[in-house]
Amino acid sequence: MKKGIALLLAAVTAGTALLPASASSGSSAKSKDTGVTINVYNWGEYISNGTDGTLDVNAEFTKRTGIRVNYTTYDTNESLYSKLAGGGAEYDVIFPSDYMVSKLSEEGMLEKLDFQNIPNFQYIDRKFRNPKYDPQNAYSVPYTWGVVGIFYNKKYVKKEETESWDVLWNKKYAGKILMFDNPRDAFGIAQKRLGYSYNTTDVNEWEAAATLLKEQKPLVQAYVMDQIFDKMDSGEAWLAPYYAGDAATLVGENPNIGFTIPTKEGTNFFVDAACIPKGSKHKSAAEAYINFLCDPQISAANLSYIGYSTPESAAKKLLPKEVTDNPIYYPPQSILDKSEVFVNLPDKTNTLIDSLWAEVKMGGTGDTLTLVLVLCGFLALYLAIVVFKWRKRKKEME
Amino acid sequence: MKFVSKLYTTLIYLFLYAPIFVLILFSFNNSSTMSRSVFSGFSLRWYRQLFEDRLILVALRNTLLIAVLAAVVSTVLGTIGAIGINSLKGKWARRTAMNITNLPMVNPEIVTGVSMMLLFVIAMRMLNTDLGMGSLMIAHITFCLPYVIMSVRPKLLQMDAHLYEAAQDLGCTPVQAFFKVVLPQILPGIITGAIMAFTLSIDDFVISYFTSGTTQTLPIYIYSMTRKRISPEINALSTVLFAVILALLFIVNVRQSGSSAKTARLQDAAEEGEV
Repeated sequence: MKKGIALLLAAVTAGTALLPASASSGSSAKSKDTGVTINVYNWGEYISNGTDGTLDVNAEFTKRTGIRVNYTTYDTNESLYSKLAGGGAEYDVIFPSDYMVSKLSEEGMLEKLDFQNIPNFQYIDRKFRNPKYDPQNAYSVPYTWGVVGIFYNKKYVKKEETESWDVLWNKKYAGKILMFDNPRDAFGIAQKRLGYSYNTTDVNEWEAAATLLKEQKPLVQAYVMDQIFDKMDSGEAWLAPYYAGDAATLVGENPNIGFTIPTKEGTNFFVDAACIPKGSKHKSAAEAYINFLCDPQISAANLSYIGYSTPESAAKKLLPKEVTDNPIYYPPQSILDKSEVFVNLPDKTNTLIDSLWAEVKMGGTGDTLTLVLVLCGFLALYLAIVVFKWRKRKKEME
Repeated sequence: MKFVSKLYTTLIYLFLYAPIFVLILFSFNNSSTMSRSVFSGFSLRWYRQLFEDRLILVALRNTLLIAVLAAVVSTVLGTIGAIGINSLKGKWARRTAMNITNLPMVNPEIVTGVSMMLLFVIAMRMLNTDLGMGSLMIAHITFCLPYVIMSVRPKLLQMDAHLYEAAQDLGCTPVQAFFKVVLPQILPGIITGAIMAFTLSIDDFVISYFTSGTTQTLPIYIYSMTRKRISPEINALSTVLFAVILALLFIVNVRQSGSSAKTARLQDAAEEGEV
């Protein structure tokens, strides 16, 4: 279904430069950046790439502006951060999530955007402007957004149950529950259940959330990320939280699988945004690229491939009704009002999260002692072998 | 007893080849989404998409280019190195040299990767260039070298140390003696080393991740898909790679069994070398 729409949109966009904004931005970039190559670093599988008749966004951009794109991909915000901090690579456009945008901007790792070069920013909806993670809207332009919801197997779990995060603690489903394998998302679920903010710096609240996760641990089958799809599809697991943008494929393919966004406590609302890292050598070309992605035609074609939601009403209008009416993609405002976005936390809190997460996954602080004991055991064994060999050799010599 | 041993062998082969078989099967899956557990009919759609996906093809091209060049360069350097180490005077010097070359093999990859990145970042700053194909190539050659030396050395040890002198006594120049006498003797080791370097280079994720800059190899590309599901295009690509390697092996075997006795002997020696 998705691919078909994309094909249609691709045909429309490729045919003519429909919107005046896109035409003007194209020509302005052409004057000085033609022939330049920009390094774009995005999430894996996060752009329409021209397979199966979809629009090849990067090729289309090169065609319009003469700017070439060296496109590479990463898997997590943290690996993006380490790559940037390592200094081994120079990127011109990156797509960090909300809390990573604030972390990068606080650490001075982002360039201020020149919105003169991004006229298509006008299409970004009001509610996505000046977000909590970038209050002045100086560093980022939203690319996609979505919410976290729950996959459930309709054969065993009732839809009403999944309207609260409580279901992930239900003993009835012990061994059939999956959890996110990353601390911020996993803690987030516990925090919402407790009614705390995701961005609290209160040590007690984080510890309470950790206690809740430890309580849940015996019920959890596994902490995983993309394996959630296989485990849900095969019926190996019955309940799993995941990002809404990726949910529709599985729900469409397997009639036993449903997806709900917990309305009782609210959920995490996330944005992936386009930014320019500090030291970019082709800033105006990078801005032309961001501008191009904001063109409603391109945004619609691109997002119908990706599956997440667009932050532009103009682009939303170009998408078919069955997508825009689907509450997985575009949940009602009442849910959005209850949901909250991640922002970057102080270093002290981040360290606390890391150690609490390690405790949750490994089961208690007592483990350090066990680790030391095991290491000592190995060392003793090693020494014993060395001594034994040495004595044997000595005997042979005699 | 015999039954048990047969069962054991079957199980071993099943474990080795079942994953590859499943991968090949699912590369032909007609599922419009990316199901990895339901087979819904035969189709070549993922193959068509594979050849339309520019990103995968660029990553594949980078991977193969680096693997071939790294294998060639590290084989030449490694062979020279092995001969050099072998002709060192004194047991201690040889042993020390071997230990130094073996060390990178036991060093954790992540340590090698990070340290190389630090070195390259400094070097590239001074030369005012970026990390990329160049740094990737150097890194791959570096970590392939010890394996080539390791596979050439035993052949040199097996070889009669006086053959080289004997060839010169019979009228060879040193260069002729090397190419006509020494090289054929150690060729199986060199071939093994080259194949090893090639596969290691294709495989490598950790070191490439740190040294790649803004270029991308296939393992890095595949890894970056893990937020979503890994696309069945990758199944199709892996199947193609598997088929190509199978075909290469087949051709090599046919050629060797078809031609002269000399190559047959070489092949035997090669097999010996690989064991």
